[in-house]
Amino acid sequence: MSRVTSPLDLLRVMVRIRAFEEAVGELFVRGGTAGTMLHLSIGEEGAAAGFGLAMRPGDTFTTHHRGHGVFLARGGDPRRMMAEIAGKAAGSCRGRGGSMHIADVTLGHLGANAIVGGGIPHVVGAALAARHLGSGNVSVAFFGDGAMQQGVLYESMNLAALWRLPVVFACVNNQYGMGTRIDRAAASLDFDARARAFGLRGVTVDASDATAVFETATQVLADAREGRPALVTLDCFRFYGHARKDRSPYRTEEEEREGRSRDPVARLADRLRGEDVLDDDTLTAMRDDARREMDDAVAFALAAPPPDLAALHEDVYAPDRPAPPSVDAYHALVYPEGEARA
Amino acid sequence: MTALQDKETAVSTSATLSLNLIQAINLAMREEMRLDERVVLFGEDVGARGGVFLATEGLQAEFGRRRVFDTPLSEASIVGAAVGMAVRGLRPIAEIQFADYMGPGFDQIVSQAAKIRYRSGGQFTAPLVIRTPSGGGVRGGHHHSQSPEAYYAHTPGLKVVMPSTPYDAKGLLKAAVRSDDPVIFFEPKRIYRAFKEDVPEGDYVVELGRAAVRREGADLTIVGYGGVMPDALKVADALKAEGVSVEVVDLRSIVPWDRETVLNSVAKTGRALLVSEAPRTANFMGEVAYTIQEELFDALLAPVSQVAGFDTPYPYAQDKVYLPGPNRMLRAAAKLLGY
Repeated sequence: MSRVTSPLDLLRVMVRIRAFEEAVGELFVRGGTAGTMLHLSIGEEGAAAGFGLAMRPGDTFTTHHRGHGVFLARGGDPRRMMAEIAGKAAGSCRGRGGSMHIADVTLGHLGANAIVGGGIPHVVGAALAARHLGSGNVSVAFFGDGAMQQGVLYESMNLAALWRLPVVFACVNNQYGMGTRIDRAAASLDFDARARAFGLRGVTVDASDATAVFETATQVLADAREGRPALVTLDCFRFYGHARKDRSPYRTEEEEREGRSRDPVARLADRLRGEDVLDDDTLTAMRDDARREMDDAVAFALAAPPPDLAALHEDVYAPDRPAPPSVDAYHALVYPEGEARA
Repeated sequence: MTALQDKETAVSTSATLSLNLIQAINLAMREEMRLDERVVLFGEDVGARGGVFLATEGLQAEFGRRRVFDTPLSEASIVGAAVGMAVRGLRPIAEIQFADYMGPGFDQIVSQAAKIRYRSGGQFTAPLVIRTPSGGGVRGGHHHSQSPEAYYAHTPGLKVVMPSTPYDAKGLLKAAVRSDDPVIFFEPKRIYRAFKEDVPEGDYVVELGRAAVRREGADLTIVGYGGVMPDALKVADALKAEGVSVEVVDLRSIVPWDRETVLNSVAKTGRALLVSEAPRTANFMGEVAYTIQEELFDALLAPVSQVAGFDTPYPYAQDKVYLPGPNRMLRAAAKLLGY
């Protein structure tokens, strides 16, 4: 994909990500999501599209609780993601996980994670597996700046450097871990230096510039494929609250205005208009297409049936494993005949 | 509070407030911090934001950033630092934002805090409190809904507590802060704002290790703790209307647990239904059941029975199916009564 990606491709993916986030935000307000926690990545589209489009088919990745955008950039199906968030059986995880637990192994998505830092060490293992199997694939951990203070990141960085693994740690630095700004969580904001201290390459890029992210990611991924892992900090701004209900009382309107001026979608659109690569009609059509696509995803999710009650008990272990007798007897006790049994 | 529940001593209480559970928790911390300069409070977003559920709202404003402060997302070090503070004479209250986030701090809790007293030959201890919202019912998915109390109950050296009423929440938390050993204080988040009750403004504690009898009865004992208690009371009331007399025991403390109150009750009724929302296998009620059968084998009129969560990760879209609600409790009760 990377060799044929154009700035218009980047823009289209960013527009789709924003349309998805707006649509799912509306779905939440209408009560259409099964969960009460929804974290939007508006403002982070440059990081997601720039990095996601630079990866190759077969590359694997983990994301955090704000990972819709990355997944879309990696080819995620908005219908299945929307259905997952609505808690429907048609979701990519059968409605089991929701927004914070989306995974799709066919696209290399090894899972979003609601434990901050929880998915980071998995890419070390995925990279070891890639090397073992000779697949030539890279594994990328996407996480937020909050995870920069989790110990497991540094254990994973050490392992990746020590074993020269095809790994990239991608920190989407949106400046806030929930309500705590990064400068109140870390004494040093020089994340590149942290990488160097562990023997990794460290590079920070302005993620309001999607093409800059794409170029950096392309280079870093190529290096990682050769066994030179890196930590990339994708500097951006979380436009809205931590979750859909959070009105961000911990930051000023001025700070929000300033942060939102770093809009990756508007920035690339403006640039392409200035270069006469894009006209207003094309941009409008792009937005309308994205809106239609996401409206269709919402309709699909709302119309999809809920998970079967019996499915609650599936996928806990491999399907050929018989249920322990005690559990079976227990179900017989609490349920009438046949109800809610796998 | 009812006479049944309130065997504790309420002292110097000038007034009562109508509070929900989370407000009572807030008040307990406020009072303990006023009473004891050694009490400090910290965790993720507990300061200016007042905690993700607002348990710590207003505390930084009153006590300042030296005593109420935010931490980075570093659970291992939050707990580990609390151990160090406690060893050196402070009374730290560490908030772990969700019980599901205790994982990264697990070593510091079970291998460090729990063993400090024992491994130092009693020279020093770690009188810390880890407060954390736990359990399901808020549609949070499998990393925001777990009930991990059995992991900690299985670790000698820790005390484990879970209130189910505002009155108890305040009294138990104050007792936890004053405990000379580490206490894991689970807060059943689905009933944070479920109801209000009168809570004395002023100093009282609910002693750790003492259960409360919420309803007196003769035919069946329901034992529970935390978020399942409101439903357990509904079940008792529903059965009462049918002429069945149910005694309801709220453990309140999981370690140490009040064997005497539970055994006295089951000796009287001959039937025990143990209710919790943690997964069934190896949950804490297994220990309660074991003790009942060992001590009361001859008095039992029916097998000791459980209603619990399922042996599955907590499901995202099936909160209501997963949680043991009144219907499941009623079915299990009917089975016991008809045995």
